[in-house]
Amino acid sequence: MIRIEQQDFDPAEEYRALRDSGSGTGAIATFTGLVRDSGDMEGVTGLFLEHYPGMTEQVIQGLIREASERWDVREARVIHRVGYLPLGEQIVFVGVCSAHRGDAFAACEFIMDALKTSAPFWKKEISGDSEHWVEQKASDLDRSQSWE
Amino acid sequence: MAADNNITVKFFARLREELDTASLTVEARPGLTAGQLLHDLAERGGNWAQLDGAQPVMIAVNQLMTKPDKTLHPGDEVAFFPPVTGG
Repeated sequence: MIRIEQQDFDPAEEYRALRDSGSGTGAIATFTGLVRDSGDMEGVTGLFLEHYPGMTEQVIQGLIREASERWDVREARVIHRVGYLPLGEQIVFVGVCSAHRGDAFAACEFIMDALKTSAPFWKKEISGDSEHWVEQKASDLDRSQSWE
Repeated sequence: MAADNNITVKFFARLREELDTASLTVEARPGLTAGQLLHDLAERGGNWAQLDGAQPVMIAVNQLMTKPDKTLHPGDEVAFFPPVTGG
């Protein structure tokens, strides 16, 4: 399940949906990313997020497929918000259910790491009157490549 | 018939803003690659000049990531954008 949308999400609802994935599920790992006050700039008051409709969903679908080939993945849910998101807002949710915790942790972390370097989303930081398109981080590339 | 020979070009994020262009169309020609198209667009000068290697530009053709040597065909959708920063 993949959703790209402006509106907020309720992690509890997503968790409930993951719990309903079947009796073989023994572990659920979830990750939620938030808008924080510092990035490339200090005093960040919000983010603007842009995506490439169609391609973004296809890339994430491919990441879930790849995770399912590497680990036991019963279900995966990925939600990513777009548009203007003020400080403290939820940006992204990744939830994975699996038979065992190792697979759930690994698949969740892999999907999140790979999403950051391969799914076509772009963040613009907003701080008062200034705006700045975020630069890709070498540390994010390293984390993503560590799964290869 | 001209419309059938077109390639759609899309720009995103910083490139979309700096070029003041979300999309445009170009006429396909035999042997045209994504890299050559970038070079052609860079020759417009001004902010377009950055397409010729000043900044990293990612390329997708028909919504799949690809390399500059990818040959383009009529009806293709080409996208040029900065390295991605979601999550």
